[in-house]
Amino acid sequence: MDSFGSDFSSVSSGSGKVDTGTIMEQVKVQIAVANAQELLQRMTDKCFKKCIGKPGGTLDNSEQKCIAMCMDRYMDAWNTVSRAYNSRLQRERARI
Amino acid sequence: MEGQGVTADPQLQQFIEVESQKQRFQQLVHQMTEVCWDKCMDKPGPKLDSRTETCFVNCVERFIDTSQFILNRLEQTQRGKVSLSESMSD
Repeated sequence: MDSFGSDFSSVSSGSGKVDTGTIMEQVKVQIAVANAQELLQRMTDKCFKKCIGKPGGTLDNSEQKCIAMCMDRYMDAWNTVSRAYNSRLQRERARI
Repeated sequence: MEGQGVTADPQLQQFIEVESQKQRFQQLVHQMTEVCWDKCMDKPGPKLDSRTETCFVNCVERFIDTSQFILNRLEQTQRGKVSLSESMSD
């Protein structure tokens, strides 16, 4: 967590004034990282539940295949949900 | 008014507003994907079939409907109960 603060202090050091563009870039990167982590965590949870019945000695071949497929379908689902939510927002905006 | 004496950069302020809104959108997409996955997904197949896709779309619509319904109903019942709770808190 302290890398968050040090990232910003390194930006401001030298010039004395923090560049707005640099801040915006860093915030964008951090948001992207946070979103990737969120997706990874939820995807792992869902695909573990779908694909690992009884945890065995190794992650066997059929389990790996299932996980790979599950990941792709989870991404499809995420994109479908995103599109559906977006079109709903668009419709509600048009109504007002 | 500014407690920290920070002058708000209007460009930065607008950026934060836009990004916050994008983030609220993304967060809800994460949440609804998770909820609808449990409702709609059987065994993950080689592709997302149209039946499952329709389920996801309906799931999103009904999730938002539910959220709005609950909000409206709470608002209505709260309005009706204001006088009651006021007399009870005395």
